[in-house]
Amino acid sequence: MSTLTGASAADELPGPDGKRPLEGDRASTGRLGDRLFGGAATLSGVIVIAIVSLIAVFLIVQAVPALMDNDANFFTSRVWAPGGEQPAFGILEFLWTTISASTIAMFIAVPVGVAVALFLTQYAPTWMRKPAAGLVDLLAAVPSIVYGLWGLVTFGPFFKPVQAWMEGALGWFPLFSSTGISGGTIFFIGIVLSIMVLPIVTALSREVFDQTPVTHKEGALALGATQWEMIRTAVLPFGRPGVISAAMLALGRALGETIAVTFLVSALSDGTAWTWSLFNGGETFASKIANNAAEFSNPSKTGAYIAAGLVLFLLTFVVNSIARVVIERRKAFTE
Amino acid sequence: MAKRIDITDLNVYYGSFKAVEGVSMTVEPRSVTAFIGPSGCGKSTFLRTLNRMHEVIPGGRVEGKVMLDDQDLYATGMDPVTVRRTVGMVFQRPNPFPTMSIYDNVAAGLRLNGVKNKKTLDGIVETSLKGANLWTEVKDRLGKPGAGLSGGQQQRLCIARAIAVQPQVLLMDEPCSALDPISTLAIEDLVNELKSEYTIVIVTHNMQQAARVSDRTAFFNLKATGEPGRLIEIDDTTRIFNNPTQQATEDYISGRFG
Repeated sequence: MSTLTGASAADELPGPDGKRPLEGDRASTGRLGDRLFGGAATLSGVIVIAIVSLIAVFLIVQAVPALMDNDANFFTSRVWAPGGEQPAFGILEFLWTTISASTIAMFIAVPVGVAVALFLTQYAPTWMRKPAAGLVDLLAAVPSIVYGLWGLVTFGPFFKPVQAWMEGALGWFPLFSSTGISGGTIFFIGIVLSIMVLPIVTALSREVFDQTPVTHKEGALALGATQWEMIRTAVLPFGRPGVISAAMLALGRALGETIAVTFLVSALSDGTAWTWSLFNGGETFASKIANNAAEFSNPSKTGAYIAAGLVLFLLTFVVNSIARVVIERRKAFTE
Repeated sequence: MAKRIDITDLNVYYGSFKAVEGVSMTVEPRSVTAFIGPSGCGKSTFLRTLNRMHEVIPGGRVEGKVMLDDQDLYATGMDPVTVRRTVGMVFQRPNPFPTMSIYDNVAAGLRLNGVKNKKTLDGIVETSLKGANLWTEVKDRLGKPGAGLSGGQQQRLCIARAIAVQPQVLLMDEPCSALDPISTLAIEDLVNELKSEYTIVIVTHNMQQAARVSDRTAFFNLKATGEPGRLIEIDDTTRIFNNPTQQATEDYISGRFG
């Protein structure tokens, strides 16, 4: 007992109730305040885990019956005809659209966001840093419908000639071949999503870069590092786990973004030929579900949409797990 | 390799605040010069001007002249990056790069200089770690993170990192203030060995340490808080500690203030 850190002789003496305060416990958790707070904290933790588990259970329970009746292969089919006598539905198109649009968004938002964050923390004049950081935080809070409107009214018309030019110049490459669709393509959605998540990546990266210990920065500078070399040896390695977390949070938002995408996508009609082109239309998981919310007329039909939602749920789960593994792997080097 | 430093009438400012005033001194090559004085007397600030690290702090600037042999450190067109590659620095708290292995920490400066050859790097990493009396302790775990070492080992790793780029001068800003007595002794022994090759300037709060390691000692003081720090006197260490010419030095050494 007495060898425990933080324990003192007083802990060994009997209290007013005749019991030694540390009896049965390894610290003074027997006090009322400790018990209340400890209990409340534990309860909150349990509730969070319970909610996530229950969502998973709900999705699975609702989806399984529909999946059992499904005539088509759920993962490789592009047909979407749930309900009826012989329901047939597959998610291939949504999976492709969701992942490719989000990937494009990440390819744009992460490098630009990190660059803006580096500018704000390392290069910008001091008077500018605080207000600019506040502005970025504000941008991160803009509702997505605003980005949807902007995409539709302002950016859409602007992007059409750009896309036409890219189809002409890069059309030999399957990802950029022309499909005859000029608005609401995957590529266009990706760009709108990137602008939407850019403030998130920037705000979180800025936060971690700002925390880089001065001693690390001075250590690099004293070795004769230039500003950029200092950033590479001290700031970026220190901020790496934070940037990964920021990117994952942003990716989560991009994958699940509903309203802006629903607003902008060009849905494909049934039976359109498969193409790898990013200048194609197509629905994402979220937009498909949102567009058809009125159709949830019977359990089998609803189950099909819930199955699609389940895939989206698992997708974000996998993305987050990968990020965790990447961060954990070099943990010994980040403390 | 080691070079002499000549400082003439140096004033240091942070913004409009004058931190150090009118310092002139010569730092001899292949010797250890210690800076002592009460807190806030500007000895660390002054030390940082010798490799222009004070410029890292917003508003930091100097007036006056610092010559490294015949090279003016503040000449127009002189890049602070070049200065810092010639004048190395070891800080108060050990600051190995936490994301790098022991090997990469030592090689960091070389890589900045564009050394890529694995053989060359291996060789310099080994000699630098040997030079810092750390080789036998870490040779079997060069790939492990530098932050996993003890405080004293980390500080020697930082010294190895600093000498790997073969600087002319090594500045040490209270290198032992965060270390236990045994680690302190190891660093002091190391300073004694390094002075055969480098010009060493060490700031210390510990007067016994100044007496033990240095050949010459400079005493800094300030009249009052908010006043700039000044150099009171610089002389052979034995002279400073036995019969200083200034009353203020005598008072500080004998523990009457500070």
